[in-house]
This record gives sequence, structure tokens and C-alpha cells, in this order.
Amino acid sequence: MSGRLSPRNAFVAGVIAILALVPVYAEATGNTFMMSLFTRIVILAIAAVSLNLIMGFGGMVSFGHAVYLGIGGYAVGILAKEGVNSGLLQWPLAVAASALFALTVGALSLRTRGVYFIMITLAFAQMVYYVAIGLDRYGGDDGMTIYKRSQFGGLIDLSNKTAFYYLCLALLLATIYIVWRLVHSRFGMVIQGARSNERRMRAIGFPTYRYKLLGFVFAGMLCGLAGALLANHTDFISPALMHWTRSGDLIVMAVLGGMGTVFGPVIGAVALLVLEELLSGITEYWQIILGPLFLLVVLFARGGIDGLLSGVRRG
Amino acid sequence: MADALLEIEDLSKRFGGVVASDAIALAVPQGELHAIIGPNGAGKTTLISQLAGEIAPDAGRIRFAGRDITGLPIFRRSQLGLARSFQITSLFLDFAAIENVALAVQAHAGHSFHFWRAARSQSELRTPARAALARVGLAGRADVVVSNLSHGEHRQLEIAMALATTPSILLLDEPMAGMGPEESARMVKTLRELKRELTILLIEHDMEAVFALADRITVLVYGRIIASGTPEAIRANAEVRQAYLGEQEQRHG
Repeated sequence: MSGRLSPRNAFVAGVIAILALVPVYAEATGNTFMMSLFTRIVILAIAAVSLNLIMGFGGMVSFGHAVYLGIGGYAVGILAKEGVNSGLLQWPLAVAASALFALTVGALSLRTRGVYFIMITLAFAQMVYYVAIGLDRYGGDDGMTIYKRSQFGGLIDLSNKTAFYYLCLALLLATIYIVWRLVHSRFGMVIQGARSNERRMRAIGFPTYRYKLLGFVFAGMLCGLAGALLANHTDFISPALMHWTRSGDLIVMAVLGGMGTVFGPVIGAVALLVLEELLSGITEYWQIILGPLFLLVVLFARGGIDGLLSGVRRG
Repeated sequence: MADALLEIEDLSKRFGGVVASDAIALAVPQGELHAIIGPNGAGKTTLISQLAGEIAPDAGRIRFAGRDITGLPIFRRSQLGLARSFQITSLFLDFAAIENVALAVQAHAGHSFHFWRAARSQSELRTPARAALARVGLAGRADVVVSNLSHGEHRQLEIAMALATTPSILLLDEPMAGMGPEESARMVKTLRELKRELTILLIEHDMEAVFALADRITVLVYGRIIASGTPEAIRANAEVRQAYLGEQEQRHG
């Protein structure tokens, strides 16, 4: 975590540099597909980093985190459909709706532990998923096209793919910085302590529930923002935004990249989505290759890819 | 009795058919080191857990510093100045020793809704944490991750964490469990120093330590108090000798 130039920090800097140079490369080669892929990677990385705040640092394994992608996305889509196109309204509303939902779900689910917590977060996410299917006015099961991206006056034009990409990347870096500050603050010490030994935390005088709940809300808000970005990226919303398999994807990103550090899930997001792309080009059954790869990481690199790199430094 | 720091009245707790606490009444005045002894399964840890607030009693009252705390949650009792150590070590194993203690300090330094400044660089947390580590003889081990500390060091760290919450009473659940003679001797020395400033309720199987440290001793058998008094009185008590001490001597012999 320190500022020293270890191999691991060099790797992190390298990943950020590559992400920053994607539009330059895409421009030079005319590869628009790559641009689209990496925009998606950056947005889902925000979601994975937000999940890791509660999962990796707080020990709260939420299996319904993609629901905030849906809530954020639908906030943008519904407002756009109703003629409200200002991003200054859409995005804060996406974040606020996510916060409210997280507060409700967290208040109930954080009274449980372990597998019950996982199941309750999943159940709430599925509830919203089916509500979205029932929203006939907003496309129901089929989803709905968004004809106009969020408007920010003259500030930034999101239809410009390069501008949009750099906005997403800036928000990813801001998210990483915010989460990094959070986990090292007094607040972060409390949620990490609760992950490590909640019983002892209460015995030394912490009302852990309220801190965990606030962490849960923060994570939901950050992911809600990612949802607003995703809707703008695809110009489309559908219940698939928050399908439970996507919640699973976010968990895989965090575990694959490494739950022990703030940056780990970014590595996981890049690794998972790039591999998915490469392998699906080779074979239709790409999951057969990805599955065992994931297993190897879980079995032999407890700290994920990031942990593997930190291990190199020690050795 | 009105000025007792900790007052227990008629405390009762059953687990199914097992009576863990049978109308326990006990008053611990300020400054006393009160030891509770008794055979395994006598309900000693259950008593501490009820005092700390982890287990709710079926009946009875607990008063602490003149205040009824029977219904208060654990963290509130801790904030009032009641600290416990655990019989089975309960630490943050993946944190450094200093971080364990710093968390205990932080718990009593106002609320923790501070989101920006790095907690590890805050001297108002670190300085008292270092002081608490020094008091139990762990100053040199501050930066070692707890899972790499020895068993004896874990027991010392337990005490340091309880101390860091600036308590007025310490509830110690077998602080010497599993310690070698040398480590035990060091713990006795630490407790003797703490005794000057703090009220201590001590559960311990090491009779030598108990009789060396305690101002008063209470003997618990099957959840019931069979005797309570000075170490001399307890040593001379026939019922205690039969129920507990004799048995102990036979085992040692």
C-alpha cells in the first residue's frame, strides 16, 4: 500500500496506464470494439471495487450487488423516457435511489450472518429484477432503448465515445481513491475489525451494526453510479442489468483480482472480461477454460492475482 | 454495600435442564480483586458473559457504578467502563498487535464516523495503545501480526485490549489458561500492578495465583455460591475443601 515502487505497484501503474491509453490505441487502429469493451470493463470495475468495500474489507458477502447496476440504470432510463435528460438530475437520483434501497436491504439483512446474509441479499435483488420485468411502460422483459444520453449542458458530451470513456475512467480512479481513504479511516478500521472478529468488536465497545450498515449503503451508492454509466454506455436498459449471474460476475472479479486490496477488483474486472472475450473467440465453450483458471487462482493464490504479485515481492 | 462498584442480585440462568446461575448474589467494592473459583462447569464463564452482556439472565439484576445495566447491550456496558477478557482468546488475528489495541482505544474515543484521515497515523490512538502494550510487557511485539504471536502473548494482548478501553472494572476469564510457569508468574506480576488502580473480577484455575492475588474469593459450584470470603476463610472452609479444593489436591497429588 505504500508509495514504494515495488513490482506490484509498478503493475498497478501499468494497468492504469494501459486503461488510459486504450482510446489512443483504438483511434490509431480504428478498433471501435475494443473501445466499447474497455468502457464496459471500466464501468464494471467501479461496481467490483464498490462490492469489495463490503465483501473484502467488511466481510459482508452480498450476492445481490448487481441490483444497484439495475437501480442506477433504470433511474437514468425511466427519467429519460419521461423527458428528463439532465445528468445532473439523473445521476444524483440514481445514487440516492441506490442508497435508499441499500439502507432498507442492509437494515434487514445485516441482522443475519453467513449463508443467510448471502441468501437475503440475493432475494432482495431478485425481487427488484422481477419488478423490472413487470414494468411494461419501461420495456418489461425486453428492456428499453434510451434515445438520449444524460445531458450535462456544455460540460461534457457523453455521445463522444472518447470523452465518455475518460469520464468513466476518472470516476473509477475517484472510486478507488474514495474507497482507499474509507478503508484506512477510523470507519474502515471498524468494518475491518467486524470482519475479523465481530464479537470482540462489540466487547470492546463498538456498535458494529450501524457501521456495517453505512458501509453497505456506501457500496450501493458507488455501484448505483456505475449503473447510471452502464445505461449510458449501452443506450439500453433491461432486467438483465441486474440478473443474479451478474452479481456472481462481480464476486468473481473481486476474488480473482484480490479482495485484500482496493485495486484488486480492477485487475479482476480486466482479467475476467478480457479472458471472456479472448476465449470466446477461440471456442464457444470458453467457460470450460475459464472455470478451471478461476479454480486455480482460488486454490493457489488466496489473495487473487494481486496477492500473487505481492507474493513475488516478498520472495 | 451501597457503594459497591458491581452488585449482582439474584442472578439466574438456565440452559434447558442445566442451572448455570442459581440466584447468585455478589457485591464487589471498588478496588477489590475478587476471584471466582469452582470446578469446570460451575457456571463461571456464564456469569462473566452475563455481566459483560453477551448472555441475558433469566432473572435478577446487575448494577454497575450505581446504575442498573441488566438490559444494556454489550457495547454500552463497555462504554460505561466494564471490560472483559476472553477465556478462549478472541483477537483480531490478521491485525498487528498494536492495531488490536488501537481499535480498543478507538472504541472509547468518540464515534468512528470519520471517513477520511488514516487511522494508523493518529497518535491519539497509537500512543495509548503503545502504553497498554507496554503495561503487559508486549512493547517490543507491537508490529507483529497477532497470528504469529505465542499463546502466552495472546493472553497478555487480551489484557492489553481490555486495559485500552480505560475500564473501571476488569472481568478476566482465566487469563493464565494454558500458560507455562514463567508466563504465569509474569501475569501474576502484571495483575498485582493493575490491582492497585482497578477493580478486578478474576476467574482462574491456578489456585496458587488466586490465593496470592485475591482480596476475597467466591466459590461457585453448579451455579450456586457455596462460600464467599477472604482467602484464609475459604482455605479453612470445610464445605469448600470437600467440594473443590480437596478434589484439586488429589488431582495434583
